[in-house]
Amino acid sequence: MAEYTANENILEKLASEPKNLWKRLLIFAVILGLIIWGNSGSNFQGLTEKGLNVARAILYGITHPETMLLFDLSTKGIPYLVLETISIAFLSTFIGACLAIPISFLSSSNIVPKPVAYLFRAITLMIRTIPALIWALIWIRVTGPGAFCGVVTQSICSIGMISKMNISAIENLDTGVLEALDACGANTFEKIRCGVIPQLSATFVSTAIYRFDINLKDATVLGIVGAGGIGFPLNDAIANARWNRVGAFLIVLILLVIIIEWISTQIRARLAHGAR
Amino acid sequence: MSNHGHATYKTPLFDRVFKPEKITLANGHTVDRPRSRMPLILGILLIALYISAKTTGFDFGIILRRGGQLFVILARIFHPNFGFIDKVIPPLIATIKMSIVGTVVGCLIALPFAIFASSNINKSKPVLAIVRIVVSVVRSLPVIVYAYLFVFIFGMGPFAGTLAIGVFTFGIVTKMLYENIETIDMGPYEAMQSFGATTLQSFWSACVPQILPQYLDNCLYCFELNVRQSSILGYVGAGGLGILINERISLRAYEDAGMIFLMIFLVVWMIDLMNDYIRSKIK
Repeated sequence: MAEYTANENILEKLASEPKNLWKRLLIFAVILGLIIWGNSGSNFQGLTEKGLNVARAILYGITHPETMLLFDLSTKGIPYLVLETISIAFLSTFIGACLAIPISFLSSSNIVPKPVAYLFRAITLMIRTIPALIWALIWIRVTGPGAFCGVVTQSICSIGMISKMNISAIENLDTGVLEALDACGANTFEKIRCGVIPQLSATFVSTAIYRFDINLKDATVLGIVGAGGIGFPLNDAIANARWNRVGAFLIVLILLVIIIEWISTQIRARLAHGAR
Repeated sequence: MSNHGHATYKTPLFDRVFKPEKITLANGHTVDRPRSRMPLILGILLIALYISAKTTGFDFGIILRRGGQLFVILARIFHPNFGFIDKVIPPLIATIKMSIVGTVVGCLIALPFAIFASSNINKSKPVLAIVRIVVSVVRSLPVIVYAYLFVFIFGMGPFAGTLAIGVFTFGIVTKMLYENIETIDMGPYEAMQSFGATTLQSFWSACVPQILPQYLDNCLYCFELNVRQSSILGYVGAGGLGILINERISLRAYEDAGMIFLMIFLVVWMIDLMNDYIRSKIK
């Protein structure tokens, strides 16, 4: 074994390290206390016989999905519902992204005066505070239940997040390029075409694709309140304890989300690093 | 100029179908200018938009005719009924409790799974693949679907909601964490391995300090997200504010709903401030 006397300065260094044992214990105690306090309202009484049976039925249903539903080409079959869900997500992302562009320019403090920027930021903050499900409940009063309600709801919800991402891209705009174009004698339109659009388009498209991902997931949630998509029959099947149907829906849902997420990651990686 | 120098370069399908335009420069060289992809992209976009509009029954007329209704409702939401506050506080606290427990449990379970899911620590390909598939399956279902299923299994109430939040948090924190672990500097880890430390020891001393700030950051982000999300879980009977929101909106008592939103907004804002403070301490 090596001699430890040679490592005296290492030991010295170790001894001079700050001792935060008490600090760590305190943080640990705070977290533990929070958990105990948080659990005080919980109503867990252990698994009941009924609950166990339901759990077993759900597992059985998921492993034995109703295959009829998978190949049913009518409007009640899964292929159509998947198409509807994708349509809701696609259309709402498109509308949301288009509406977000003017809003994000109007909220960027390097484009418009500060008060205007703060006003528009407050609006997008408000949009983001109200959960999507609540927006859907409000919009249902306007459009009635159905896929259209989902489109409108998600268009509004998309604006909040897309403009937040866009604003940071606009505020980081490299103005040197614009000055260089000015020096070349470019007019305003040419400056936008060659100086602004190339800097922003990749971020804008990338954000929109990312939002499409989120919207696809949310479209299933909105179905629960009746805003169309695969969530509505899923909700129906859960409420009526038809676990084979639930199984079929869940499997399709999981595959759909994973595939779309994979595609979106690929496209965004290409947008960020250029084509390989 | 031609591409003879790059043997590995493969012309994209698009450029093989639509031949690039040849431009002859003044000095006699020719330059390829690939055809614009814009018409193709626009065409696909238009077709997709048309199909989506057809399937979803998109009708702009409804918005024009009934859009005013939205502003009526929003106007009422923005006049919150302050007298309703004592009915909002207890479920609000229940919602916060659900999020705290769910977040902590989810984040703790995420830690070992993230280690197994990072390719630079775990060298076993099959285990890596299995863990990653499990995580992406868990992540692909929305939290409200979990809550609904757990309500059936464990009965109505906050426990189902807490569990749903825990599962959801586990999914996203694991993903964020293993992506993080894969970018760390492995030098210290290898150094410790070389003088005989076990995998656990070297991970604890060499990797944890590197990932800890980012991990805590992710947990805080998740906590904020969970408070916002758990407010809707009551819609399927999983405890918290959702029951109240659903009830008030069905009764068209939008002023009361406005008060609930105001409280959620305040709480989320306060958590945001607290998180910023903690983050500044971590760095």
